[in-house]
Amino acid sequence: MDREQMSICCGLSRRRRAYDLSMRSLLYASAAVICALLVFLIGYILFRGIPHLSWQFLSSEESVIKGIEGILPALINTLYVVIATLIIVLPLGVGSAIYLTEYASNRKLVSAIEFATETLAGMPSIIFALVGVIVFCEFAGLGTSLLAGAFSLVMMTLPTIIRTTQESLKTVPQSYREGSLALGGGKWHMVRTVVLPSSVDGIVTGCILAVGRIVGESAVLMFTAGMGMRLAKYGHSFGQFFENLFDSSGATLTVALYNYAKERADFESAFAVAVVLLAIAFVINIAAKLAGSKLKKH
Amino acid sequence: MELPLKTAAAENKASSEAGAESRSSGDIRGRHGLKDMMEQLMKAVFLICGLVAVGFVLVISAYLVISGIPAIREVGLIPFLFGADWDPANKSGNPAYGILPMILTSIYGTAGAIVIGVPIGFLMAVFLSKVARPGPAAVIREVVDLLAGIPSVVYGLVGMMLLVPGIRVLFGLPAGDSLLAAVIVLAIMILPSIISVSETALKAVPKEYEEASLALGATELETYFRVSAPAAKSGIAAAVVLGVGRAIGEAMAILMVAGNVANLPGLLKSVKFLTTAIAGEMSYAGGLHRQALFSIGLVLFLFIMLINALLNLFLKKSGKEDG
Repeated sequence: MDREQMSICCGLSRRRRAYDLSMRSLLYASAAVICALLVFLIGYILFRGIPHLSWQFLSSEESVIKGIEGILPALINTLYVVIATLIIVLPLGVGSAIYLTEYASNRKLVSAIEFATETLAGMPSIIFALVGVIVFCEFAGLGTSLLAGAFSLVMMTLPTIIRTTQESLKTVPQSYREGSLALGGGKWHMVRTVVLPSSVDGIVTGCILAVGRIVGESAVLMFTAGMGMRLAKYGHSFGQFFENLFDSSGATLTVALYNYAKERADFESAFAVAVVLLAIAFVINIAAKLAGSKLKKH
Repeated sequence: MELPLKTAAAENKASSEAGAESRSSGDIRGRHGLKDMMEQLMKAVFLICGLVAVGFVLVISAYLVISGIPAIREVGLIPFLFGADWDPANKSGNPAYGILPMILTSIYGTAGAIVIGVPIGFLMAVFLSKVARPGPAAVIREVVDLLAGIPSVVYGLVGMMLLVPGIRVLFGLPAGDSLLAAVIVLAIMILPSIISVSETALKAVPKEYEEASLALGATELETYFRVSAPAAKSGIAAAVVLGVGRAIGEAMAILMVAGNVANLPGLLKSVKFLTTAIAGEMSYAGGLHRQALFSIGLVLFLFIMLINALLNLFLKKSGKEDG
C-alpha cells in the first residue's frame, strides 16, 4: 500500500476503516483458502498415487494369476473413444460453425441452432448417458460398445467444437472473404481456401477442449461403453480399428478409477489412475492455453 | 457466451448478402453449372451439420419424454413426485416409487453447494480482477483452470478417502457417507465456473464507475463491493445459475460420497440425489424400476431446462449492461 493511500485510510471513520480492513482480509482469506485447497488436493493425489505408479502398471493388462495390476486396457479404450469421438464430431461441429457464420441467412434457423447448442452445453452428462443407452446401445443396435460411447460423447462435445470454431471464424477479416468472392471464387471455394485455413487454431483449441471433456467423462461411458477391465483383441491395422469400435466394450481411465475405488476398494490403484488423469488434465490445459494464445494473435 | 453469437448473426447477414450477389452474377453467365451444383451441395451439407445440434436436442427431449412417461403413468404423477418412499426392489412385492427424497436432496445439496461455493468464489473473483497483481493473478487463474479440468471421479475419490472418514470421526457416526460430504465436494467442483464467470462480469464494469467512486472519496474496497459488484450483478447472477446447473447435474463424484440411501435429506444422513439414483441403479434395474429411472431423468431434464432459461435471461441482461 503506498503512502498516499495510507493517508486516505487514516482520515477515515473507524467504521469505514474496519470495513476496509475486514473486507480486504476476507478477500485474501478466500484466495488463500482456494490456493491451499488446490495445492493440498493435487499434493494429496500425487502423494497417494505416485508410489503405486510404475511402467508395468501403465503397460500391462491385469492378471489375477500373475498377480499383476495394469491399466493398459483403460488407456487404449480411452484413446479409442477420444479418436472415434473426434472423427465424428469434428466435421459436424466445424460444418455447423461454418453454416452459422458463413451461410445462414434465416434468423429463426440461426437462433434455433444457437438455442440447441446452448441447451446441449448445459446438459448434465447423466442425461447423455440415459439417452445414449436408449438411442445408441438399444435403438441403433450398437450394444454396449466403444462406438456407442463415442456417439454419446459426440452429443456432449458438439457445442464445444461449434463455439471455438465460430470464435476463430469471426477473427478472419471480412476483407479476405470479399477478396476471394471478388476474384470470382464461389462461396465453397472461399470457405475452403480462405476461411478454413485461417481458422485452424480455433479448431485445434476446440479439439483440445473436447479431448479434455472426453477423458474426464465417466457417467456417459460407464453405461454406453461398458465397465470391463480386460484387454479386447486390439489390432494395429486401420480395419481392425473400426472392428474393435463395434465389438469391444471396456472401461476408460475414469471408469477404471471408479471401478477400483467403489467396486474393489483398491485405493492405491485408484490414486495411481488419478495421477494419470491429473497429468492428462495438466497437459490439456497447457495445450489449450498455447493454442488459445495463438488464436488471439490473429 | 451470448454476445459472440449475436455478432456472428450480424456478420452472417452481411456475408450472405455478398454471397447472393456473387451467385446471381454466376447465374447470368450460366456457364458454371457444375460449380453451382457444388455450391448448392456444400451449402446443403453445412446446413445439415448445423441442424445436427437441433436434431440432438429433439432426440434427447423426445426419448426422455417417451421413455419417462410410462412409469409416471403407472405410478401416478402425484405419488411419483411426492411419494416419500423409494423402494423399487422391495422383497415383499410391494415396491414404492416416490422420488420426493431425491428431489429434495438435489435441491438441498445444490443449495448447500451454492451457499458455500458462491461467497468464496465471488471473493476470489474480486481478488483476481481488482486486488491481485497481474503476475500472481495469472498463476492463480491457471491453477483454477486446472481445478476445472480435473475429472469428477477424482474429486469423488479424494472425497471418499478424506471427507467421508473425516465426517465419520468428527460427528461420531457409523458411516461418513452423507449429504454434508456431497455438499462440500459439489462446492469445490462449482468454484471454477463461479470464479471465471463472475471475474468476467467484474472486469466488464466500466472503469469510469470505479474512478468516479474513488474520486468521491470511497476507499478501494468500498468501491469494489458497493459500486463494481452491484454494476456486475447480472453477470454474477449468471455465475450463480451456472453453478446451480453444474451442481444439480453432477453425478459421479457425489455417487462416491453420498451413501446412496433414499432418505429424506438430512445433513449427516446417507442420501440419494436425482443424478446418483440414475447412475447408481441403472446397471441393474429392470422393468418398472428402469422406466422409473428414465422418469427421474425426465424430471432432471425439466429442472435443467428451467435453469438454462434463467441463465440465458441473466446472460442477456448482463450483455445489455456491457453494451
